[in-house]
Formats: sequence, structure tokens, C-alpha cells
Amino acid sequence: MHRLGISARTTITTAPATEDILIHGVAAVCDPLGGLYLPETGMLVVSDLHLEKGAAFARRGMMLPPYDTIATLNILAAVIARYDPKIVVSLGDNFHDRRGSEFLPADLRGMIAEMARGRDWIWINGNHDPDGTTDLPGISTDELVYGGLVFRHEPSLISGPGGIKGEVAGHLHPSATVRRREKYVRRPCFATDGHRLLMPAFGVLAGGLDLNHKAMQGIFDRKTLVAHLLGRDRIYSVRYGNLMG
Amino acid sequence: MDRIEAKSPGNQAVALPRPFVKWFSEKGWQPRAHQLELLSRAQAGENMLLIAPTGAGKTLAGFLPSLTDLVARGKIPPGSAFTGIHTLYISPLKALTVDIERNLLKPVTEMELAVTVENRTGDTPQSKRQRQKLNPPDILLTTPEQVALLLANKEATRFFKDLKYVVLDELHSLVTSKRGHLLSLGLARLRKHAPDMQTIGLSATVADPMDLQRWLVPQGENPSPPAGLVHVTGGAAPDISILGTDSRIPWSGHVSTYAIPEVYEAIRRHKTTLIFVNTRFQAELLFQTLWTINEDNLPIALHHGSLDASQRRKVEAAMAENRLRAVVATSTLDMGIDWGDIDLVVHVGAPKGASRLAQRIGRANHRMDEPSKAILVPANRFEVMECQAALDANYIGAQDTPPVGEGALDVLAQHVLGMACAEPFDPVALYDEITSASPYAGLTWEMFERIVDFVATGGYALRSYERYAKIRKMEDGRWRVSNPQIAQQYRMNLGTIVEAAELNVRLVKRNAKGTLGRGGMTLGKVEEYFLEQLVQGDTFLFAGKVLRFEGIRENQCLVSNAFSLDPKIPAYAGGRFPLTTYLADQVRAMLADSDRRVNLPDQVRDWLSIQLERSMLPKQDELLIETFPRGKRFFMIAYCFEGRLAHQTLGMLLTRRLERAGARPLGFVATDYSLAIWGLNDIGAMIGDGALSLSDLFDEDMLGDDLESWLDESYMLKRTFRNCAVISGLIERRHPGKEKTGRQVTVSTDLIYDVLRSHEPDHVLLEATRRDAATGLLDIGRLGDMLARIKGHITHRDLDRVSPLAVPIMLEIGKESVPGEAQDAVLAEAAEELIAEAMS
Repeated sequence: MHRLGISARTTITTAPATEDILIHGVAAVCDPLGGLYLPETGMLVVSDLHLEKGAAFARRGMMLPPYDTIATLNILAAVIARYDPKIVVSLGDNFHDRRGSEFLPADLRGMIAEMARGRDWIWINGNHDPDGTTDLPGISTDELVYGGLVFRHEPSLISGPGGIKGEVAGHLHPSATVRRREKYVRRPCFATDGHRLLMPAFGVLAGGLDLNHKAMQGIFDRKTLVAHLLGRDRIYSVRYGNLMG
Repeated sequence: MDRIEAKSPGNQAVALPRPFVKWFSEKGWQPRAHQLELLSRAQAGENMLLIAPTGAGKTLAGFLPSLTDLVARGKIPPGSAFTGIHTLYISPLKALTVDIERNLLKPVTEMELAVTVENRTGDTPQSKRQRQKLNPPDILLTTPEQVALLLANKEATRFFKDLKYVVLDELHSLVTSKRGHLLSLGLARLRKHAPDMQTIGLSATVADPMDLQRWLVPQGENPSPPAGLVHVTGGAAPDISILGTDSRIPWSGHVSTYAIPEVYEAIRRHKTTLIFVNTRFQAELLFQTLWTINEDNLPIALHHGSLDASQRRKVEAAMAENRLRAVVATSTLDMGIDWGDIDLVVHVGAPKGASRLAQRIGRANHRMDEPSKAILVPANRFEVMECQAALDANYIGAQDTPPVGEGALDVLAQHVLGMACAEPFDPVALYDEITSASPYAGLTWEMFERIVDFVATGGYALRSYERYAKIRKMEDGRWRVSNPQIAQQYRMNLGTIVEAAELNVRLVKRNAKGTLGRGGMTLGKVEEYFLEQLVQGDTFLFAGKVLRFEGIRENQCLVSNAFSLDPKIPAYAGGRFPLTTYLADQVRAMLADSDRRVNLPDQVRDWLSIQLERSMLPKQDELLIETFPRGKRFFMIAYCFEGRLAHQTLGMLLTRRLERAGARPLGFVATDYSLAIWGLNDIGAMIGDGALSLSDLFDEDMLGDDLESWLDESYMLKRTFRNCAVISGLIERRHPGKEKTGRQVTVSTDLIYDVLRSHEPDHVLLEATRRDAATGLLDIGRLGDMLARIKGHITHRDLDRVSPLAVPIMLEIGKESVPGEAQDAVLAEAAEELIAEAMS
């Protein structure tokens, strides 16, 4: 699998083919590892880490493999190393359930502390983990307004012309399917119409929801919507209207 | 009327209680020899296996030991201490338990026996189930899943303590599946509760009765003597023929539409015809085509597993009342329900197995002293040979039922949890109990411990789930469930049948404005993967109607009437059996020996004799490889006759090897009979000049590294893994209160599979998956046998054009690459050219 494969790689390309975009006039870099870097503020955004998803299921009697958190954190460490950001924002659903951060094993807790050293860390609360985090560096909040953009977990419902401007959100795990000559490829993606951006899910067990799904309706102006699909070492940008060839 | 030969022990002085003697004589019947033999040997304490054809009075034979014992026991006086069930009857089909209840109640009522008979299935209301636990009937008719549920209950000891007999119906079909594995474990536990209980297996004819005889008794360190065998042979020999036709027998395909007029004629000439096909798709197509020529408006119905249950019940009722002239059916009608007066069985498409054919033919004519009549309708020329081979086998009584096989590990995990739900278990005692079940006789202690560990915490090397353990070791060494929710979860997830994500198909009306109406009836279920290929407006055949796909709403597939006769056809893969090794062997023998071909139709013999001129026909143990150019491609055809699954695996592996050898392969296609690979380089020339060695190419070592690296990428294993994950309880089938359809599962098993492969490749569930795949989707076992067999027997023919024998598979290639409604036209055109080229 794509994200697991990335996590397992020992070396990660230092200079990947990123895609430079503008969100409501703010410059941003879409990275194929799934992070969004905002050079003006030195901020790195990731979303929907869903840490301890395996453990969350185990708590309910389904013993999913306990390796998802370390796999996700490996990728996070790589993308942090790549940009050395001043601020890291994790855009909600940081943990898969409310008890996730409380029961996080000590070694994984240490990994996060290591990554957070020397920088600000902001946990945005998501619907899976609305109560914030326990014993982890950084602060928890429902929403962040910074550098001309607003960051929240769930995209607000106001849409269309004169609607929401400059929002970065997660929650929906956007993915897109590209069809060329009867072959289909589905990948997680950054989705933006220039006013609003939806982050791909960063967690290795998170899964995706197609841009065509009805939950995505009304979020974007589809005329200007572009999907920036996560490739192995580069971003593939495809206009919404061109996805199906 | 008793013309049955049974190996009687000569002991006819069986004591039949008076009500039975009276009942038989009032009916003008006599107990049959095998019924009496079974009774006397069971009374003497033997576990028994009865093998008999349909109509031999198998059911009554199976129940006679318990009925006579119950009569001897007499009615239990009111106010007595709790009495558990006396007899457990287990059948693979819910419908069969209902049917048997009716058939059993008749003699019980007529003889005025003080015996209570009830059934218990997934459909039994909760209140009745509760009552059954408090006040059990003497005879309980049920399914393997219900047995597992009852055994996982705290009251199991009480409920089963008085058990005397377990009657297992259709045993041949149960034992080869995971349901059979679960049942064998249940049987081992039943013996704990009632050490003196006896088993009585009822079965159709099988290849190796000893497999079943052992299955019925405890195995392990001190195995019991195998169950006694009563084998009823004979009955009148069936009257089977292969459909004669004036039409051209098709070169490829599976639909037999060429023969529809003849099939219709046969229906007209008989009272009730049962038409068997191998897949739902064939059933749909055949049913629809029959109705297009049904000028007499004969009542012809359709019956397959995707249809709504109420629709199926209607057809079954009409059938039992002899209101139908024909039913088109898939394997859902394979088993022993009483279907009224069927006087003809038509089998459309090749039967794929000799035993399967015998059992299906047995559906006609429930009186075993009259010959059953059957017509085989091969769909293509290879199937003509296969049908001939099956027909020959039927006359000599050859059998090719699959062996029982090793018990699946996912089923074992489910059982271990169930046993912990019943009461705390001692691991050593449970291990001994489990290895007394014949499919698990070879289970090692080490593997058992891994399974227990898996049930408890997932069995991961990283031991981070101890605090969430589902079962825990107590101080005395026994294991118990952690909390009552685990037991509830177990009950919700029990069973071994994992259905693909399916959506209800609902027929809605389109009004004048083109908007869809609400309401409308449910026609049945269709697999999600099929719907994913459709766009709105596509038409397909389902429930005998041509439907227009309107869209998916929630978990429903909305369709409207298409008013068209030309549907885009559903590509159901479900229900296709692989060709058995036995029949494959017979077809190879037929190719090798001209004497065995005399009974084949002229068209087929001509085809083979031109093949003989143009190329060759392989000897029975020889592998023929043909190479030839066609278009801008070079083709290699391997005539392996090992079934589609093994060929598909072989195709995946050979293309990897050809790639490395520089043959630049582009693709392959597999049928039951052969494998075609094509590429850009001249494979024939490469073999000719020694650049490519066929013996290296087909060496058994392909099952090593090549197989491993392919499995890394294969999607097939992911499907197998999903089943294992559900059955073993790793993920839930459904949640109490929030029922989800398969398509809404919250975590993808594909992702779990990938996590496991990358972090713990030796995990026990991956092991379970690989074992399943080796016998299931990949058929690696069979491929391995073939590679060993053909070593040193590979013959290569480099041809300048396509050979007659290659035509069928070449036509399959055309099929795979042309989508949609243009398919038939293109195919017809391509077929004419290809045949002309091969036969000229």
C-alpha cells in the first residue's frame, strides 16, 4: 500500500516534486507525503492522523495490528525533517478515539516529543477526539486563525461565491480517481478550488472518500476545483473535470 | 418394491417396536434392508455412515435409531427433572430442516409417538429459542451455526447431557467447507457433554467413504474405529444423454443459447423439468431466452441464491404442488429437498464434476427404482468432451468429490472464542478435544497456542493489547472471556460464510418527468463489484427481467424496467466450479485415444481430426505447447486441463518468467482447459533456437520465489484475507444496533493486510490466508501436482497459424478486451475469421 510503503522506506527523497499553489492568495506547498507547507509563516499542516486506530479497535474487541501509529509517525517525522517548520498544525482526528492519547505507549509519546522540540505544536480538535490531547506537547484548540487563513477540522457549510474564503480543513479524507485508457488509479489528494482546501488524510489506516461522493457536494466550486494527488515522489495535479479523461 | 442391495449383516431379526411394524404394514411398505441394518448396528452402539442415492428412504433410516429409542423411553412424566435433547439433526440448509420437520412429523403423528420434533434456525423467533432452552424437544432439527451458538452458551452442558444421536444430513457437502470444519469442532464438544452419543451420517456417494467414516468418530491420539458403513448401491441406472443438435456447437462461451429450441422441446415433452446451470448469470440468460420462445406460455420459473427469499419460497411452493413445468436453477437446488414429480433433469453447461452430475441427476424421480432421466447440454466443444467423460463416469460409478482437507485456522479461532464463552477452558483439555475432530487431527500444540494468543490479543509480536485482551488466563491456568460483551460479539459474528458486499435491487417506476418514484418491490441482491462497473442507463439481466440501472441510494440499487430485449449482461463470477481433476484426466484420455472419441458428435470429431493433421493431440500425461503468430502478436497456448483457477495462477507466474526471459509478454487468459499467453517477441522461435527452455519455464521452482513475489502484489490474497479476518473475529461482521453493509465497513481489510505484511509477515492470520489460497482461489496444490506430472513430458509445436484446438481460448481473448454491447457483433465477426483460418 502506498502510505505504508512510504513509511517503510528507509530514506525519503530530500527534494520531491511538490506543487506550489495559492489558497485565497496565501502561498502553499503540497507535499507528496501528505503535508501542506506554508512558507510565509513556516507552518506545516497535516490532518487526520488517526493515531492509535488499531488500539481504538482493540478496545472494542477487534485486535487490529498495532503498527499503524508508528507507521504514521515515521512519515510525519520525515515531512517535518524536510521543512523544519516553526509551527506544526495537526488538523483534527489526531487520535482515532478520545482515549487514544491517554493510552499512547511511552515510546510513541517520546517520538512525538522529539518531533515537537524547538517548534510550536497545535492540535486542532476533531470529531473523533473533541477533548484535546493528554500529556503531549503543544496546545489543543477547536480552531486557529493565522496568516490569512482559518484552520478547522470540519469544513464549514457556507459555500459558493461570497462564501467561505481561505479555509483549510480535513475530516473528509478526500481522494480522487483518475481514469486513462480504461485504467483506474485512486489516490488521496489535496482538493482546492482556490478558496478552500481539504487536506488528505495523513494516517496510514485512514482510508479515503472520493471527490464525487455526496458528502463532498457543495464544498467546492467544481469549475475551479483541482485535485493534487499524492504520488510516490511527486504530486499529480488534475482538474476535477479531467479526472475521468 | 424393495430392490435395494445393501450389505446386510444377515441379521434381519431387528426389533422394530410395534407401532413401526403396524405403520409399515398399513402403508403396504416393508422396511428396507439398509434401514434395518443401520438400526441394528446403531443399536449395538456403532457410529454409522449411510451412503445411498436419493429416494432410498435415507431420512427415515437416519431417524429410526432415535425414534425407536424414544419409543422405548416413553413419554417423560410431568414434573420430572430437566431432560435435554435426545437427538440433534444437522443439515446444511435451513429449508431442509423445515422440510424434514414436515416429513418426520407425518410418521410420528400417524404412529401416535410421544416424540416432540422442532426446528431451530436463524429464522426461529427469539421467544421460541428461549423456550427451547428451558423445555427442549426430543428431536431438534438445526444447522451447524445454531449448534455452535448452543455450544457457546453457559447452559450447553445441561442442554446436551441427554444427547443420544446426532444425525448429519448431506454430510458429503458439509465436510469439505469451513462450515464442516466448524461442525467437526462442535461434534468434538458435543462428545464432552454426552460421551456416549452416537453419530449417524447420511451422504450421497463419495470418492472416499473412509474420509467420512473417520470424520464421524473421535480422532487424535486414540482414534475410535471408523463409523460403520452401509452403502446402498444400485437403484436403476440413470438414462443420460448429450443433447443432439442440428445447430453448430459453439467454439467457446458458457451460455448454450444455441440449444434453447431443443431444451424447450424437452420441457414440452415432460411433466416437470429441472434445469441446472453452473452460474447465476447462465440461469438469468437461459430463463430469459426460454421465455422469448415460450409460445405455449408454460409455467417456467427461476431459482438462484441472489433472488429475494420470498421469491424463492414462492417458486419452491409452486414446485412442491406440481404447478410448474420447469425451473431454471443453480446449486441452490442441489440438495435434498423434495421437489414434487420431476421427470427430467437438464444440465446446461458442463457439470465440472462427475459426482456433482450424479447428485443433480438424482433430483429427478424420487423413486430410486425407476431410472432418472437427464440431458446434458454442453456449451462448447471442450464441454462436449467433458460431458461425455462425466457421462462415462456416471455409468461406471466413478466419483470425484473433493477430500475433506485440513481444518481452517480462522474457523479454529472462532471456535476457541466460542468455547471460552461457554465456560473457562483448560488449554490442554481443549487441545485434546480439538485434535479429536478429524480435520484438526494434525494440529500442532504450537499452532494451537498461537491461535489462543490470537484470540486473546491479536497474536502480535508487539504486545501492546494485553489490557484489551478478549480472553484472559486465570490463576488456575484456565482461560475465560474478559467480559460479557465479548460473548455477545462472538454471537453476532459467528459463522463461516462471508458474503461479498451486496446491495438490494429495488424496482422503481420512472414517471413522465423522468424522476424516480418511491417504493417498489425488492428483487434480490447483487454484488457491489458488479454495480461499480455500471453507469446510469446501463441495462442488465436480473430476476429474469431486463433492468435499467438508475443509481445507488443508501444500500439499495435502484432499477427500472428497461423494456428492452438486449441487455448489457451481468458478469457474475459467483458459482463457477473448477473442473475436477478426475474429469480433466478423462478429457485428456479422450484426446489421447481415438477409441474413446467414437461417441462424440461429428462436429467435435472433425474438429479434433483437423487438429491432428495441423498440429497434434497430446498423450494423456503430456503437456502440449503450441506457438504461433497472429496479428502483430505471438501466442503460446498450454493445454494443461487443470481448471481455470490453477491456470490463472500459472498464467501470472509464467508471464513473470517470460518477462525475465525477454519474450515481452503482454497478457494471458485462462479457461478450464488451457492457458494462452501472448507477447511481442516470437516465443516459438525463442524455444526453437534454445533461447528459452520449456522445461526451465515450467519448472516447479516457480512455486518458490516467483509465487512469493507475485503474492506481494496480488489482490486475490486480499479477498481471501478478508474472509479469514471476518471468520477469525479480527474484524466484525456487524455491530449490535448499527448494522452496516459490507460497503460501509469502517476499516479496510486491504489496509490491515498491508500493515500485517509489512510489519509481521509471519502472523498467524497471514498463514491462514496462504493456506486458504493454496487450495482455494489460487489452487496452488493442483498446479504443483501438474508441474510434477508434466516434467519431461512437454511437447512443443511451432505453427505458422492458429490451430483448431486453440480456437476456443483465442475467442476468450476477444471477449475480455471488448467491453459493452458491441461485444457480440465483434465476437461473431472475429470468430468467423479465426475458425476459417484454423480449419482451412
